[in-house]
Amino acid sequence: MADKNDKKYQELTKGLNPEGAGESKEAVDFRVKNYKKHRRISYAKYGYLFLIPFFVAFIIFQLIPLFQTFYYSFFRYERNGIDMIGPIFKGWRNYKLLFTGGEMWKYLGNTLIIWIVGFLPQMVVSLLLAIWFTDSRLKLHGTKFFQTVTYMPNLVMAAAFGYMFNMFFSQGGPVNQILMSCHWIDSPYLFKDSVWWVRCIIAFINFLMWFGNTSILLMSGIMGIDESVFESARLDGANSHTVFWKITFPLLTPIFVYFVITSMIGGIQLFDAAQVFTLSNGGPDNTSMTIMMYLYTLITSSQNYGLAGALSVILFLFTGILSLIVFKTMVPNNNPIRSERRAQKARLRYVARGQREAREAQAKAVAEGGK
Amino acid sequence: MAENTPMVTPTPIAPQLNRSTPEKKKQHPKSEKGVLALERTLVYIFLILLTLLCLVPFWILFVNASRTTPEIRSSFSFIPGGAFFTNLNNLFHTDNFPVGRALINSMLIAFCSAILSTYFSALTAYATEVYQFKLKKFVETFILAIMMIPTQVATMGLVMICMQANLFNQFWIIIIPSIAAPTVYFYMKQYLASVLPYEIVEAARVDGAGELRIFHTIILPILKPAIAVQFIFAYVASWNNYFMPSMLLNDAKKYTIPILIGQLQSSSPDTFDLGKIYMLMFIAVFPTLLIYLIFSRGIIKNLTNGAVKG
Repeated sequence: MADKNDKKYQELTKGLNPEGAGESKEAVDFRVKNYKKHRRISYAKYGYLFLIPFFVAFIIFQLIPLFQTFYYSFFRYERNGIDMIGPIFKGWRNYKLLFTGGEMWKYLGNTLIIWIVGFLPQMVVSLLLAIWFTDSRLKLHGTKFFQTVTYMPNLVMAAAFGYMFNMFFSQGGPVNQILMSCHWIDSPYLFKDSVWWVRCIIAFINFLMWFGNTSILLMSGIMGIDESVFESARLDGANSHTVFWKITFPLLTPIFVYFVITSMIGGIQLFDAAQVFTLSNGGPDNTSMTIMMYLYTLITSSQNYGLAGALSVILFLFTGILSLIVFKTMVPNNNPIRSERRAQKARLRYVARGQREAREAQAKAVAEGGK
Repeated sequence: MAENTPMVTPTPIAPQLNRSTPEKKKQHPKSEKGVLALERTLVYIFLILLTLLCLVPFWILFVNASRTTPEIRSSFSFIPGGAFFTNLNNLFHTDNFPVGRALINSMLIAFCSAILSTYFSALTAYATEVYQFKLKKFVETFILAIMMIPTQVATMGLVMICMQANLFNQFWIIIIPSIAAPTVYFYMKQYLASVLPYEIVEAARVDGAGELRIFHTIILPILKPAIAVQFIFAYVASWNNYFMPSMLLNDAKKYTIPILIGQLQSSSPDTFDLGKIYMLMFIAVFPTLLIYLIFSRGIIKNLTNGAVKG
């Protein structure tokens, strides 16, 4: 048995292994040795070591391809008939072509329209749901059920959604069948030939997939607000309108900014549902061709790698700027641990200042008493 | 609200509201109750409508997947038909349409991707949470910064590399990139920061455990709830992925389910065997919905917590 009065022994058995009080001398020695060793050596190398897989995968599958994309954006490199032209260095040619040609602007416009048509109802509905679910006055039943159901479409394959709705809205599809059996229309309506129907249906798919997700995000934001604020407001006779506009909304602004910008970045990536719903042709007269569908076409069918590269770079810069805004808004207060530590430090400083002042006051009193 | 962050500071509003008189409330207690009941009813009606909006498309899908093509063409019904298994059988025995193969491919890719992304994200989170090293701050900021950038912007480069090295139709090209999954890492890191007492790691070191062993025997079990939820998310994301695989897989034997759905495009749905097509959609959608319904409780909880922290 090791000496019970040994300070090191007590230290090592305490907290580390409470049951180890009856251990042999060898076991304790082993620990003391390990303890000394692990105090001495630096573990930094393991930090780097364990980061290797992430960064290797990132560099090979993201960074190098990204550089490749940047590189070829300055070249003329495209398929012309059965021949491949290039790569020939052409400087900013591809960028000029994109900015002066009408196609990119048209498809960006389409993307923006579809995003806004889906985003506005998504914002309103999610906000309403978030407010209702957290309203202690309403006391809704089945909140969990409604959350579960409204979140569900988020996990459904967007491509399947696209084709599903393509079938639902086809000439002989269920929607036309229902409308006709209700005698609201006499002959099938060709939804897919109407510019705005196609855009709205794609926007609707997007809405359906994301509003549950957003409502949960906003809800946790509201739950983060101190309940007593609502309570006191209500006791003071504030109605739900006042509570919303004077309390919930201002306090929710950071989360709201996050939501709007992430939704924008998501909107730029709109591809699967639109591609499959319009059967890859971009709707009537390409009016529902999104910017990602354009990129896809440039890479796959027209094989215009120079132009695709330039478009990728533009999209990268655009999403990069948007992410930077998100980053700036969320980083200062995203980490509860860090802010908790900050708060603790502040508390400690406060206590220390109090103690110091008390000491000084005491010293002063003693000095005065001595006089 | 233990996780209440100082992001929300109630102080500026409170004094303003104190000015209104408390008597106001006592004046019309009855009518207020009536208004509340009315409000509640309207809210419920709206919620039920939203629920229907979310469920009806899937019900229509299920109904039509269980009916024969003439039935589907003639009229619509909300009651399922009896041709569910006929359609299923027909779907799997269509020439030049390898559904069974695609199903296996999809599952394989999704499973491997989910394993890799959860395991290595946990490892990355552990590395940045437990160890102190010079580049730590940089690494954390870097991963956070790339989190939002869509992977699609680098697709062209990857397609070109695959073209030059003749790497098309290789599953690993789609699976390996999921090792670097910033969002999964972010969740793991948040979770680890909230649960891991550093003393456990110290204690394990004193007991003579190696660093990787500490990760496997202590950290992974601690992370289990986060891993479970993130595994589901990663699985579903990979299962649903269409953009990248459709560019890198062009051999029919290597198709995944979303690519197969994309391939339907060439012929209009009005000329197809509709029962079969609806069945394909059903197969594409059903597994994720099933997984979700089983684990929805944990998923919703995780989302709520994660959002507060993020």
